Amino acid sequence: MLSAYAVVALYLLLSLVLLGATLLLWWALRPKKPNPLKLEAYECGVQTVGDTWVQFRAQYYIFALIFVLFDVEAVFLFPWAVAYNQLGLYAVIEMALFLLLLLGGLLYAWRKGALEWV
Amino acid sequence: MGQIYDFIYNLLPYLGMWLYGFLRSLGLSEEAVFLVVGLIKAFLLANFGLIGFAILTYVERKIVARFQDRLGPNVAGPYGILQPVADGIKLLTKEDTMPAGADRWVYNLAPLIIATCALAPLVVIPFGPGAIGADLSIGVLYVLAVGSGALVGVLMAGWGSNNKYALLGAFRAVAQLISYEIPAVLSVVVVVMIAGTMSTVGIVQAQDVPYLFVLPVAALAFLLSGVAEVGRTPFDLLEAESEIVAGFHIEYSGMKFALVFLGEFVHALVVSALFAVLFLGGWRGPWLPPYLWMLIKMSVGIFLFFWLRATLPRIRIDQMLNLNWKFLTPLMILNLIGVALIDKGLRAAGVSSGMWAAGLLLFNMAMLIGALALPGYLGRRARMAALAAEAEAEAVEAAVAAH
Repeated sequence: MLSAYAVVALYLLLSLVLLGATLLLWWALRPKKPNPLKLEAYECGVQTVGDTWVQFRAQYYIFALIFVLFDVEAVFLFPWAVAYNQLGLYAVIEMALFLLLLLGGLLYAWRKGALEWV
Repeated sequence: MGQIYDFIYNLLPYLGMWLYGFLRSLGLSEEAVFLVVGLIKAFLLANFGLIGFAILTYVERKIVARFQDRLGPNVAGPYGILQPVADGIKLLTKEDTMPAGADRWVYNLAPLIIATCALAPLVVIPFGPGAIGADLSIGVLYVLAVGSGALVGVLMAGWGSNNKYALLGAFRAVAQLISYEIPAVLSVVVVVMIAGTMSTVGIVQAQDVPYLFVLPVAALAFLLSGVAEVGRTPFDLLEAESEIVAGFHIEYSGMKFALVFLGEFVHALVVSALFAVLFLGGWRGPWLPPYLWMLIKMSVGIFLFFWLRATLPRIRIDQMLNLNWKFLTPLMILNLIGVALIDKGLRAAGVSSGMWAAGLLLFNMAMLIGALALPGYLGRRARMAALAAEAEAEAVEAAVAAH
């Protein structure tokens, strides 16, 4: 089984090498005539005002939080799903309850207006 | 005739056997042969991704052109078939413009990460019995895991570019990609549950009936979230040209730009391959060789992507988030619970496999109709209430004016 992972590692390494090779080829072929105007940030020709790394909306943070909740749930779901065929009705109902609890959490966030884009 | 058919049908296994025999006859040890075969497989798969990218750029432009009653690329070579080559040469000879104030390492590494993470899942896509890069026992989990690695690349590209449009695009991209990860994961869980394995080969072998006809709700949710995760129209607000110019890859030129686009197209390829594996029965099918079936089923998904792009307008960010969090996610959670209980019930009743598939299909169709009818009903009621309120306000106004 571990040998399969060796192929995966080999593949990742090789694709990185191939992509790196195209970048190298580009580096060898491309012209290099920089000037300050060319290297300005492209904002439709208008001069950039202020700092780029500004504060961002808190809304994104809330969605990230809800995402983490469901992503952790997925970690529990996968082992359960693989073993599903050997599980009795008890384990299935237990997982259904767990999912319904999560759904309740989602509905709570919905009611609280966390899912509204304002 | 029969022999030729047999040879073409089993082309990939024969090639594998021949390669193995050839390498052994050179006097290599078992481990060395494994290493060489692995290297050749890796090389073929990586090139499948790269060449697939080149072909897809041409096919997409041609198909979208036909949708819009144009000819599309038709100058380079017959039917413009050399257009990808011309594009490649052009991109190779373009200057590298790194914006002043960009975060050097982050900015330059991002395209490489995006492209590698997009190529990575190809290694567990089976193209026929035994024709697979590596049959991992956690195949689909691996795809989901490395597939979301591209997210880091997108955020790096947006942050490192020192450009406000790029940063806005990256924020949108991250919000969209993490949101649609949830229904994608849940629909994959439904398939894993029914198939009883996470290995892509095992899932294909378990599908005597393609799961599209057993679990249509999961298939639809997977396809929708797949389109969203690739970031194609109608979910292309992360690179909306008219709002934020090009989103996170605005500052990239030349080959770095090509790598970002390679990421997008190969991701589309991977999503359609995964759709074929999970819901269309992978390489299985009558008469034609397995690898041809796999390619045909992949092109179905790809064509669907192009079709959607040519047909639908872009949606707004609140619509995008609503569709996911208020529709797809609750729907998939309920679908998961329902499928689990009904499958256990049908198996306990000891029905035949045909009846089992029919029962699950019936449940899924009922769920789909209900899920589509309920928001429609609620929306209509809300609109009616708004109309009634408006009419009432007008009547009051008219009464006041009459006095």
